[in-house]
Amino acid sequence: MHLLAIDWVFFAEKLILIVVIISISLGVAMYSTWGERKVAAFMQDRIGPNRAGPFGLFQPLADGLKLFMKEEIFPSSSNKFLFILGPCLAMLTAMMTSAVIPWSSPLSIGGREVPLQIADVNIGILYVFGVVSMGVYGIMMGGWASNNKFSLLAAVRGASQIISYELAMGLSLISLLMISGSLSLRTIADQQAHGFWYVVYQPVGFIIFFVCALAECNRTPFDLSEAENELNFGYHQEYSSMKLGFYLFAEYVNMFISSAIMATLFFGGYSLPWVHIADPNLAAIVGVIALFAKTIFFIFVFMWIRWTIPRFRYDQLMRLGWNNLIPLALANMVITGAIVLWLKK
Amino acid sequence: MTFVERLYLWNIAKGMAITLKHFFKKKATISYPEETRPFSPVFRGLQVLNRDEEGRERCTACGLCALACPAEAITMEAAERKPGEEHLYREEKYAARYEINMLRCIFCGLCEEACPKDAVYLSETFAPSNYQRKGFIYGKDVLLIPDPKTDPAGYAKAKGQH
Repeated sequence: MHLLAIDWVFFAEKLILIVVIISISLGVAMYSTWGERKVAAFMQDRIGPNRAGPFGLFQPLADGLKLFMKEEIFPSSSNKFLFILGPCLAMLTAMMTSAVIPWSSPLSIGGREVPLQIADVNIGILYVFGVVSMGVYGIMMGGWASNNKFSLLAAVRGASQIISYELAMGLSLISLLMISGSLSLRTIADQQAHGFWYVVYQPVGFIIFFVCALAECNRTPFDLSEAENELNFGYHQEYSSMKLGFYLFAEYVNMFISSAIMATLFFGGYSLPWVHIADPNLAAIVGVIALFAKTIFFIFVFMWIRWTIPRFRYDQLMRLGWNNLIPLALANMVITGAIVLWLKK
Repeated sequence: MTFVERLYLWNIAKGMAITLKHFFKKKATISYPEETRPFSPVFRGLQVLNRDEEGRERCTACGLCALACPAEAITMEAAERKPGEEHLYREEKYAARYEINMLRCIFCGLCEEACPKDAVYLSETFAPSNYQRKGFIYGKDVLLIPDPKTDPAGYAKAKGQH
């Protein structure tokens, strides 16, 4: 009987946390579109959207409304089921990754410890990789179900790009895992609270991870699956209305989540250097702010890179991935392993 | 290429430094309806029919402006000043109808140069808008400058003295 008893408080707590995290992710993604346009404008000596509300802050709402109002178009020769499934899957995988990110140290409400993390699984990083590689299906299905040559080409490009860069991404993280000795994101974040951030130990690993994150999120200079001037619009060319919105949104959610993961893995997550607060609730709030500051900085870097570097050619992309990043990641792994062994002896 | 060039990372860093510099630069944008670009004193905008300091119309409908106009945008009809209208018109003859077709006008300013009475001149306003073509044929009701006696603020604004 005791085994079947459900801890309702636990249930409610997780439910609230999921709703909050999903809405925050969506909100951040929404304002990333605004931020993207502002950053682009500022880097080109313009001022960007500034008509809808103060500093154009209502612009994302107007854009969202516009997308909702658009006509739903299904290409007559498309596979309708897969055509709808594509954007849904893209959004789902983008959202699912947020489950293992530790947003801050636990709150304590009425003597109860409430961790600000949906699920502290001990294979957190593996989970992230599993979900991220499922994101390929969203692109593949969208491109294939559209029954359009350009979309299909873009989908094939996107899939091969993401699969290639996942390898280097995984390898670059192995050296980090050898130092931390854990796959749980919370453990990794906690370890960095006492001592240096892991970017100090793994600068090469971080650069490889960052380059691969750009490729995984389909961001410039690796946005070959939506290369406007080669493939019109890429895999979401045939999409309209909110289905298109889902694809575009998923890209920004992905960007947000991968920034959060980078901040957690390499930049101390929710911890601040040399700051230790005794009160758990205050520490949690400061932690959330710290993590968001780091995350937003990385989102800014993503945009900064987009408005600086032109797109790679496809063969350059593949050569960089297979000939440079993977050997570099392997070498980094071997050297780190040797040093870890040497230090332990 | 040298090793550093082949690494490409260094060049990316240089490029990003340039874009970051532009991020903090002063922006070139002028948010038009709220702020306007300063014009030179000889800027040629929309025409204005001027009044003298007593508020009388200067135009005497001599037709020199219509003659000078290379786009043939100006039409007018003359009328004789009746006794008792001396406070309205400065000369004995005045323009009962004076129209400029703003779709034809090329803002060359030759009408301004041709005018012997200093009656027509080009202001600093330059963005006419309308829903219909006939709305662009500006009559005296639009062109005539506000009376400096009854509406000094409007007069100053039309003169460009903010």
